[in-house]
Amino acid sequence: MTVDGRIATGSMRDVVEYADVIVCCGSGGVGKTTTAAVIGMDAARLGRRVVVVTIDPAKRLADALGLTTGLSSSPQRIDGLGGDAGDGEMWAMMLDTAATFDGLVRTHADDEDQIDRILSNRFYRNMAGAMSGTQEYMAAETLHALHNDDRFDLVVVDTPPSRNALDFLDAPGVLSRFLDHRIFKLAMLPTRSGLKVFGAAAQPIFKAIGKVVGSDVLADSLAFFQAFSGMETGFRERADDVVALLRAERTAFVVVASPRHDTITEAVWFARQLDDQGVGVAAAIVNRVQPAFGEIEVPADVEAEVSGGGAEATGVTEVGALWTNLAELQQIRSAELAALEPLVELTEPAPIALLPLLDGDIHDLDSLDQVAQHLFP
Amino acid sequence: MSENPLRSLTAANVVVVAGKGGVGKTTVTAVIARAAARSGERVLVIELDGKPALDELLPDRAGEALTVVHLSAPDALEEYLNDHGFRRIAKRLNRTGVIDMVGTAAPGIDDIVVLGKVKQYERSGEYDLVVVDGPAAGHAVSFLMSATGLADAVRGGPVRSQADDVLELLADPDRCMAVLVTLPETTPVNETIETAYALEDVVGIRLGPIVVNGVDQGTDLPDEGGVDAALQAADLDDAVIEVLRAAATFRRSRRAMECEALDRLAVGLPLGQVQVRALPVAGLDADDIDALADELIAESRS
Repeated sequence: MTVDGRIATGSMRDVVEYADVIVCCGSGGVGKTTTAAVIGMDAARLGRRVVVVTIDPAKRLADALGLTTGLSSSPQRIDGLGGDAGDGEMWAMMLDTAATFDGLVRTHADDEDQIDRILSNRFYRNMAGAMSGTQEYMAAETLHALHNDDRFDLVVVDTPPSRNALDFLDAPGVLSRFLDHRIFKLAMLPTRSGLKVFGAAAQPIFKAIGKVVGSDVLADSLAFFQAFSGMETGFRERADDVVALLRAERTAFVVVASPRHDTITEAVWFARQLDDQGVGVAAAIVNRVQPAFGEIEVPADVEAEVSGGGAEATGVTEVGALWTNLAELQQIRSAELAALEPLVELTEPAPIALLPLLDGDIHDLDSLDQVAQHLFP
Repeated sequence: MSENPLRSLTAANVVVVAGKGGVGKTTVTAVIARAAARSGERVLVIELDGKPALDELLPDRAGEALTVVHLSAPDALEEYLNDHGFRRIAKRLNRTGVIDMVGTAAPGIDDIVVLGKVKQYERSGEYDLVVVDGPAAGHAVSFLMSATGLADAVRGGPVRSQADDVLELLADPDRCMAVLVTLPETTPVNETIETAYALEDVVGIRLGPIVVNGVDQGTDLPDEGGVDAALQAADLDDAVIEVLRAAATFRRSRRAMECEALDRLAVGLPLGQVQVRALPVAGLDADDIDALADELIAESRS
């Protein structure tokens, strides 16, 4: 069993010890946020000052961390991690995409007037709140800011649950889609009247856009492009710094999955993309794997009935029901181990950890701790 | 439990299946579509964005009229813009740039265009039932709300009339309803209750029964005392007894959690519940979908 052998190495701990930044990626619903919290908890116990940034506003995590008022967009310290925390600290916060974007605008604008014109613009508000790729970009930006914050020596972040999670590695991509292409340049064309908004609006492409979305909406968009003018360079330099951090040696990407074909396929896809980008996977974590109860051979007749789908017949005696139960659970476990084999092969020799399905919900520090004990044996 | 699960799940022309990532939205979409097709309905399944998983789960079966189409929001928006005079102009420009700009200037326009296409299929008369494998729960509200938002922002023109058509579709309980999918666990159940209220309050769409996916309906276990008695009576090694007991304790504890979640759902949402049982596999295939669809049909007859 290559899989079990590699868990025993426990080298997820190594990742927590050497990394400055840990990025958890994977598809939705696989437990990225919980994983990030558990990693943060372990790091704090190792004496590190760690901040966990989550994109998922799940109340459950806040509850589990003992934050009764929920996660906020500035780091909050988590208490009660247990006696051996020493100098370690754990902080947690939630990503606020719009506020982070506003902060960038404030940093790079020339004056208050420019800041006001941009922040109050409707097109900008849409872009900061909802444009695809913005969330990933702002997550990367937040990560960079926290990395340079003296309070912390490790940043753990979970990525948005989308295929675009790798936009993360391409932070300036979002911006350049806007700033580099010809629409922006057209909007910026100087006109004889000096009234750029009206000049640009006369361009055929903007006339057409205006016809579809209405002239008010178009005017807002053009006003944004003009207000933004001059800030491109600053934004781009910052984005380059962010990308450099994401590609830094001590930034570790951890791929998270559940033991099902679809999320494993997705995790394999992520791992390949990371490899192609020259980043590589530091570790893989498979959550909610059916636990093993021991190497016990189930009697052949029970085995045959269960795999034939006719479990009820064996339930005639109570011991029979117990054997059937074991056989059913083992059947699920073997199916799951087979499903995650492609991820094991692809990420070798990086460590892979299989975290068992727990017998209850994760709702407090103790249950997070239970997961931690499996991730860091 | 709903009176007739299949009928209550397919009670409108368009059924939008929604739920958080990982709860089995696509599975439930496939089961509903297959069961309806087996019952003689002409079914169209619309898969939004995502990875095309439904082609594999819903292969052609003899005597059943079931079609799968894929709609991608950016593609639909591009097509829409081309139909509205952009083709000529956009040729020389970066196409994604134009689409990005329109999408950002009027957020939700891509959702409107997609819902507009859903409406076209519904109105075509070619299908008795349209099942939409909808967006993740968080996005479901904004997806279905896009029409309201745009109708407020855009005062006239083609987008406005499209939004009005979509609003009409969403508000009509005979034409459209939403089916929420969840797992029998605390967090998904809590989120489902929140989403259900948001959909009802904000969008005003009719809600069908809640589908609880992956319910453990495996072998019955004796209670704790029964386990002890049975193990004592049986002639087994201590190690074996330990394993059997641990497995039984684990399963019972998981089931207790499921029951608690199902109760909480029943109390939190006065809607019917339809359960889809967990299969002992790491991902369903087309045969599994057929089997679950047959079970849904059988349950609806009894």
